[in-house]
Amino acid sequence: MSAAAFETLIHGKVRLALHPLQDRPGPRLLLLHGLGECSPGQLPDHVTEWPGSVFALDFTGHGASTVPRGGGYTAEQLMGDADAALEKTGPATLLGRGFGGYVAAMLAGARADQVRGALICDGPGLAGGGSAPGKLTGPVVVSPSVGPVPDPFALAELSRDLRPPDYALTFATQALAGSELPEPIAVCATERPEWLTALLGSRAASASSVPDALRRYSNWLQ
Amino acid sequence: MTDPETQNAAAVADDVRPGYPGARAADRRRSVDSFGIEIAVYEWGDPDAPVLMLAHGGFDFARTYDVFAPMLADGGWRVVAWDQRGHGDSEHAALYSWDSDGRDALAVLDSTIAAPVVAVGHSKGASVMMDLVHGLPERFSRFVNIDGMPSSRPQPDVSDHERTRMAAQSTAAWLDHRRALASKTRRPGSFDDLAKRRGRMNPRLSIEWLRYLVSVGARHDPDGWRWKLDPSMRFGGFGPWRPEWSLRRMPEFPRPMLALLGQIPEEMGSALQPDAVRPLLPPGAQLEAFADTGHFIHIEKPREVADLVLRFLK
Repeated sequence: MSAAAFETLIHGKVRLALHPLQDRPGPRLLLLHGLGECSPGQLPDHVTEWPGSVFALDFTGHGASTVPRGGGYTAEQLMGDADAALEKTGPATLLGRGFGGYVAAMLAGARADQVRGALICDGPGLAGGGSAPGKLTGPVVVSPSVGPVPDPFALAELSRDLRPPDYALTFATQALAGSELPEPIAVCATERPEWLTALLGSRAASASSVPDALRRYSNWLQ
Repeated sequence: MTDPETQNAAAVADDVRPGYPGARAADRRRSVDSFGIEIAVYEWGDPDAPVLMLAHGGFDFARTYDVFAPMLADGGWRVVAWDQRGHGDSEHAALYSWDSDGRDALAVLDSTIAAPVVAVGHSKGASVMMDLVHGLPERFSRFVNIDGMPSSRPQPDVSDHERTRMAAQSTAAWLDHRRALASKTRRPGSFDDLAKRRGRMNPRLSIEWLRYLVSVGARHDPDGWRWKLDPSMRFGGFGPWRPEWSLRRMPEFPRPMLALLGQIPEEMGSALQPDAVRPLLPPGAQLEAFADTGHFIHIEKPREVADLVLRFLK
């Protein structure tokens, strides 16, 4: 399928590109890319066995989605992007790379009744800006980008987005309390920033390979 | 961007335009481009006087300083205030964050002067300016915090299970709000409706002041009056920031500080007690508490606050 064939979703003042990569009856899978990346143009090899429809979202400032003026990115606002996609697709399993994995973990808690499992995979932006601030150096000011995407403000602001472990755990606890799945989060990443290690210490998450986690969630849903 | 004077002149009929004792519109008005976002800037006082940057609080706008700013200007300062993005006459942005508010403030500062300036902020505006002073101390000489000191609010005394449920509800409500953003507008009402609504958030402010705020902070649409504030903004929310991070940095604050505390709790102010704040202050900082005053100290007691600030800056 062509990368240009996408649906446009409205999230506030942003137009988001949602790419349908596979159209099949059955459970839905939503791919969330890493920081600075964009949706794959075609179905990635590691999800070809998924038994239902597959979608991929371009976050704000990435891919074919709006690049807003003046920055102001937070992981929470981009969780709203993923939630807009979830509203369109209906309940879905989330597979996030890097930053998209962090968003998947948050949304698994915030929309525990609609997320049918979240996979957190290695990719850009997984660690963010760490668990706590260092000596702050003032606000982010970036040079104009040579290209329209990815938005340099997204790269600068989301790469220093703070992720305290207890904050991430809040979402894991919500996921455990609100999901029908016994273990709603699968940690497939080998990189283990503190927030992800904290998740692994909860009953909401366990380490898994991508194929195993996809099989587990799709079997449970069918 | 519509000039607010023109806009309000057209919107507020002469027979309902309220006055307010001491209120004075800015002497100059300009706009600043902050990485594509147009920021409305207001100045009071002699353009050659030393610069004092005045940052408003969340859900406020620069002209809430129409009484306080002229007092500082008359005390010998070039007072520069601005509407934060999404507030007042500044542009509504797609994204809002602490970082972007700091960046917009820096754009206003850069457009004003390169030499160090005094920073004064109220509530959230004080917190944003504190971060800016921390990050760029060479750009600032002194700092005044009007009821915006960091604090560690106690968690509600509920079970873990209940706390999880409350947090989940809060997060889901925030996402529901985001899902409905595209069609959101601020609720219209009559001129006095808006004043009364604002009064529910600011119960100690006089109706005359609230009506004045409507005349400078709202617009008249065919279906009624609306605050200019971006309808995507809402109270509450959540995020990773921990108050203890701000508290931990306080003792190393790099510039002389005057901190003012209102002592009557309100919806928008937590009435921090001086004994809780004093141990955290940087060496030499001055702390003043207003026993019979709420969060909007500079509006309830403009003359007293202006005099305190002017003495601190001498």
